[in-house]
Amino acid sequence: MRANPKDVFTGAYYIDGDVSSAYGAAAAGCKFIGGYPITPSTEAFEAFVRRAHQVGAISIQMEDELGSIASVIGASWAGKKAMTITSGPGFSLMMENIGLGAMLETPFVVLNIQRGGPSTGLPTLTGQADMMQSRWGSHGDYEIITIAPDSPQEMFDYTVKAFNLSEKYRCPVMIMSDECVGHMTEKVVIPSADKIEVEPRRFYKGDKDKYIPFPVDNLVPPMVKAGDGYKLHLTGLAHDEKGYPLLTQNSKVKTQNANTRRLVDKIRLNVDKIIELKEDGIDDAEIIVVSYGITSRVAIRGIEMARAKGIKVGSLRLVTVWPFPEKKITELANKVKAFVVPEINYGQIVFEVERCAYGKANIVLVPHGGGSVHNPDDIFHAIEYAAKERKNVDGIIEQKTNLYSLIFEKEYKLHG
Amino acid sequence: MAKKKKEIHPMESLLRMDRIPHIWCPGCGIGTAVTAFTSALEKLKADLNKVCVISGIGCTGRVAGYVKLDSFHTTHGRPIAFATGIKLGDPELKVVVFSGDGDIIAIGGNHFMHAARRNIDMTVICVNNFIYAMTGGQVAPTTPLTAYTTTSPYGNVEVPSNIPQLAEACGAVYVARWTALHIRRLTNAIVEAMQKPGFSVVEVISSCPQYYSRINKLGDGLDMMKFYHDNSVIRHNEPTENLDIDYQKQIIVGKFIDRERPTYMDSYKKWLEEVKHQIPKSPKIQNT
Repeated sequence: MRANPKDVFTGAYYIDGDVSSAYGAAAAGCKFIGGYPITPSTEAFEAFVRRAHQVGAISIQMEDELGSIASVIGASWAGKKAMTITSGPGFSLMMENIGLGAMLETPFVVLNIQRGGPSTGLPTLTGQADMMQSRWGSHGDYEIITIAPDSPQEMFDYTVKAFNLSEKYRCPVMIMSDECVGHMTEKVVIPSADKIEVEPRRFYKGDKDKYIPFPVDNLVPPMVKAGDGYKLHLTGLAHDEKGYPLLTQNSKVKTQNANTRRLVDKIRLNVDKIIELKEDGIDDAEIIVVSYGITSRVAIRGIEMARAKGIKVGSLRLVTVWPFPEKKITELANKVKAFVVPEINYGQIVFEVERCAYGKANIVLVPHGGGSVHNPDDIFHAIEYAAKERKNVDGIIEQKTNLYSLIFEKEYKLHG
Repeated sequence: MAKKKKEIHPMESLLRMDRIPHIWCPGCGIGTAVTAFTSALEKLKADLNKVCVISGIGCTGRVAGYVKLDSFHTTHGRPIAFATGIKLGDPELKVVVFSGDGDIIAIGGNHFMHAARRNIDMTVICVNNFIYAMTGGQVAPTTPLTAYTTTSPYGNVEVPSNIPQLAEACGAVYVARWTALHIRRLTNAIVEAMQKPGFSVVEVISSCPQYYSRINKLGDGLDMMKFYHDNSVIRHNEPTENLDIDYQKQIIVGKFIDRERPTYMDSYKKWLEEVKHQIPKSPKIQNT
C-alpha cells in the first residue's frame, strides 16, 4: 500500500535526525504518540506534536515513560499505529512494557536517541551503549527488531521501515539512533506519497465466533481491535490460543513453550527477509569493519586511511542490528583475517560478531566511552593492527587477540 | 424422571463462562464488585462491543480475565496509562479500569493522579481490600494503622491513603465509596460513574478473608459483611478529608464528589477546532 498523501510532507528540508524521524512516523501512518521529554530525543516528540493535527494524529505527553509506553500499547490495540520517543533513562523505564508489547504481539515503534550512560550519563552527548538493552532489556524470551540509522535522511526512511516491520511481524521495533544522528542537520528529501511503501494493519475479517487471537500454527496472525465486538482478552500472563491464562501446572508449561516459541520464531524464521546490510568492498577484503549507526560514518574515514596504505579492508554496516546477521558474519569469518568492530561502548555487538565468527577470524574491538564519536585514527590503527600477522614465541600465528585488553590493561597501575 | 433443566447463570452473557471457576477465595469481595459492575452494564444497556475493561496485576487485576468484553490484563500499575492510550486511540470506547488499591494507588499512583488531572473519560473501579493479597498478604498503601500484614508483622506504622480525598484533589469528577455489602448502592454508583463524562472513581471496600482477615483474626467473609453492616455509615457529600479509614472503626460510605469539568477530549476537540488551519513553518529548502 502507498502512503496517504495527507501524511507525507513532500519536499526537501534542512532538518535534524529527530525531526526527520517524526516526519517519517507521520508518513508511515503513525496516529498516536505517547511521549515524555528527554534529551536528546525531545525534538522528535516536539516535531510530531507540532504537526499531529495536520495528519489527524493525537499526541499526549504522559506523566512518565512507563505511562507513555503503556499508552502506546493501548492505542495500538485501539487500532492506531503508535510510537514512543525516548533516550537512555526513559528507555530503561520502558522495559517492562516492551515485554508486554512483545507478549501481546503488539505492533509499535520505539525511537531511542541514545546518549552516554550509565544512569543520567551524558544527556546532550552521544553513546551506543543501549544496543544489548534493546534486545534483552525486558525479562523473558522474546524477539524484537532493531534498526540503526546513520543520517537524518535514513531517520526518515527507516522510521517508515520500522513501522512497516512492526506491522508485518507484530512486534516492537526499536530505532536505535544516537545523539549525533538525532541532532545532525542535513538535507532530507521526503518523496511524494506514491513513492513511500506503507504496510497497513492486517485485520481479521472472518467469523467473529471463530476468531482465535494466537493460533499455534500461525506465526503472525491478523489482529482485531478493541471495540470491534470480538470480546478480545489479552494478558501478559502465559496464555493459550484464545489468549487465556491457564490454571494447571502442566497446561502452563505446554502453553508457555508453544507461545514463547512463536514469539521468537516469527523473527528467527524470517531473518533473511528482515535483515538489511550495507556492504562496501568486502569481496576481496582481508579485514572487515563491522559498524552501525553514526560509527559507520566515522569508520568510512578510517577505512579510507587503511586503503591508502594498501590494506584490503571492507565495510559491513548493520542497518538491522537485531536480529543479528549471524549467517553473514559466519560466512565472512571463513574468508577474512579479522573483524574490526568500532562502537561507542565498551563492547556489545562485538561479542555477537565474535560468537558468529566461531574463532575463525580475529576480533578487534575499538571501544569508546561515549560523549563523542571515535577519532577515525583509532579505527585506522585498529585496522592496521588487525592486518598484522602476529606470531607467538613458537612462531604459530595467533588465532585471536583482544585489542581491548592490550590497550587498556597497561594504563592501570593497580588491579584492585 | 424429567430431565433437569440446565441452569443458566444470570450473568452468562457478560462473563467468560469458559474461564469459570475463578481464582478468588470464598468470602472475597471482588466477585461482588464484578457482579455490581455487570449489573451496572445491564442497567446502562451499554453497547457491550464498545466497553473495554483494563486491569493491572493482583487479585482484582484478574477481573479482566472473567468479563466477556474487550479486556486487557496489563502490567502492574499501568492499567490507567494503558486505558489512556485506548481512549485516545478510539474515543468512542467506554473505558473502565478495574484494579486493586496496590495497583492503582501504590505502583500506579502517578497515572491515577495525572489521568484525574487531565480528566480523561474513564471509570476507575478500585477494589480496596487493605492488603496485597495475590502475593500473600503484604502491607498496602491502604492498610490501616496498626493492622498486621506479613511485612508489618508488628502492626502497620504507615498512615494509609485516603483514596476519595486523593481522587478529589487530583480532579476526579465523580467519587464514591461503597463496601462489598452495599451491592445495590454500589451498582448504582457504577452506573452513575459510567454515565458521567470524565474521570470517575468508585472505591469498593472489600473483604479479604484469606489474608487481611486471617492475619488480623477478623473472621471469615461473613464476619466481614457483618462488620460492614454494623460499622458503615452512609454520609453523602461528606468532605473527603474525613474519609480516612482507621483499623476496625467506622467506614464512611456514599457519594462524595459529583461535579462538572471539561474532559480531556472536549478540551482537545475545542483546541483542534482552533488550530487545525495553522500549519507550522518548516525549514523547507525546495520542492522536489
